[in-house]
Amino acid sequence: MTQETENPKAGTRSSLEEGIAEWRSYLRRRPAIHSVDVDELEDHLRSQAGALAQAGLSEDEAFLIAVKRIGDLDALSREFAREHSERLWKRLVVTPDAGGRSGVEVKEALVAVALAVAAAVAIKVPELFGVRMQVNQELPAFYVRNLSLFVLPFLAVFFAWKRLLAPAARLWMAVPFVAAAVAINLMPFAPGAHTMTLAAMHLLIALWLAVGYAYAGGRWRDHDQRMNYVRFSGEWFIYYSLTALGGGVLMGLTGFVFSAIGVKPEALLATWILPCGAVGAVLIAAWLVEAKQSVIENMAPVLTLIFTPLFTLLLLAFLGTMAWTGSGIAVGREVLIGFDLLLVLVAGLVLYAISARDPLKAPGIFDALQLLLVVCALLVDAIALWAIAARISEYGFSPNKVAALGENIILLVTLGWSALLYGRFLARRVGFAPVERWQTAYLPVYALWAWVVVVVFPPLFGFR
Amino acid sequence: MNVGKDLVAASATPLILGILSEGASYGYAIIKRVAELSGGELQWTDGMLYPVLHRLERNGFVQAVWGQSEAGRQRKYYRLTKSGEDELASQRRQWQVVDSALRRTQVKSFQLVLQGG
Repeated sequence: MTQETENPKAGTRSSLEEGIAEWRSYLRRRPAIHSVDVDELEDHLRSQAGALAQAGLSEDEAFLIAVKRIGDLDALSREFAREHSERLWKRLVVTPDAGGRSGVEVKEALVAVALAVAAAVAIKVPELFGVRMQVNQELPAFYVRNLSLFVLPFLAVFFAWKRLLAPAARLWMAVPFVAAAVAINLMPFAPGAHTMTLAAMHLLIALWLAVGYAYAGGRWRDHDQRMNYVRFSGEWFIYYSLTALGGGVLMGLTGFVFSAIGVKPEALLATWILPCGAVGAVLIAAWLVEAKQSVIENMAPVLTLIFTPLFTLLLLAFLGTMAWTGSGIAVGREVLIGFDLLLVLVAGLVLYAISARDPLKAPGIFDALQLLLVVCALLVDAIALWAIAARISEYGFSPNKVAALGENIILLVTLGWSALLYGRFLARRVGFAPVERWQTAYLPVYALWAWVVVVVFPPLFGFR
Repeated sequence: MNVGKDLVAASATPLILGILSEGASYGYAIIKRVAELSGGELQWTDGMLYPVLHRLERNGFVQAVWGQSEAGRQRKYYRLTKSGEDELASQRRQWQVVDSALRRTQVKSFQLVLQGG
């Protein structure tokens, strides 16, 4: 809401107008000063400058003196913050300005809520056909297979709507979802098949990346868009976890107050509130991330900053202890998966540290720390892999083990190459761009592997 | 003579309320009026007026409305409320207490000087 256009003197954009616009944007960056306050101060500035100009000063001089009389902006901002201390916090709610919500924001909220409700309804539709969720019983196989298909298509629709996806792109967007639905439901899985659980888990990853196509507005080849989707995913995970935490408290209290009056709400909670809430929250969390992305600091990089040194320390301590005691890794059933998770975590830390880094900044201590973390993780994983390889013949090749091994190799490749690029970057042989680009260039590999586990693994292992 | 910082801050509220009791006004005009009333002795940092105005608004002593200036710009006008009038009266009494106390000390010291001489 600038007033330039309303000012009768402003035929062309004079240096005064430019000065005022710059001053406004400078002021606007301070969280304690809202745009209405800037308007008020601007009126003051213009009145003062006008009076000074009438007294014979040139426009520029009048502007400079008027700005000076308003006073030091840091001090002013502090005074505003003291008077409106709540404003320093208010940036955490969805609409930062008191100026009221715009129509677009309201519409987006409505669409998100409508899609959340649609997903919540969708997950209960199979009940009409006799597929029931029951308390204290395993989820019916139908639900296990189709879990991602109950919610992620709605998320894709949300982004298709928000990014105004072209009709042709919408068709492309639908392809992976339709293909997944057909493939996973046509495959003749044996009851309790490991390959089915694996396929369902990997379908989640594959379709999450497919949502990225809609998120990027169809421009999925664009590395910046990919990085934005990575950022979105991290924030979404944090918002979803928080929502889930709140939901858990809500359900716990519901259970408690109703049992206090002798009503047992477990069945309702477990078969209605939990599944409907869990899928609905996916949409709500996505909408929150979108609504807040420019308003508040991203959380994922902050957590990365905190945990990178801690995990480096952990790995160093682990390596040190192993060297000191000389004890090898005891290879059990879960070892491979455990080390996979470690690599996922380290890859995540690297990815989110990179996503928040200013690519133009010179290499610093944190980059060296990242390299140290990656190298430690690689060392630990190499030791683990060696221990596993020594005994792999004893295991035989079960689907779970092949999947875990595949993931381990994929993560080793990305981390190894990241370490190499980081090293070159720290040696100032290359800029930061290759490090960043490698992360986004590698994303399709994850999707490809996930699809392999979904489509190739079940027939390969006889649907067991 | 320049009025000290602390006194400027302390006197801001009664002065603003007093000026607004003359009729609704806006930031720049209030600053001008302060300078006029004090013969230029009271120097405010212009920007600092606004947080004070906002505090008075929050306390309900003044009411703000957005209007238009002669030039057609948006301008925020402030008007004294009933509780603002009461506050002004109370502040006036407080300042009178301080003022008369201060005057008495001067008279006394003057008398001491006379007695001593």
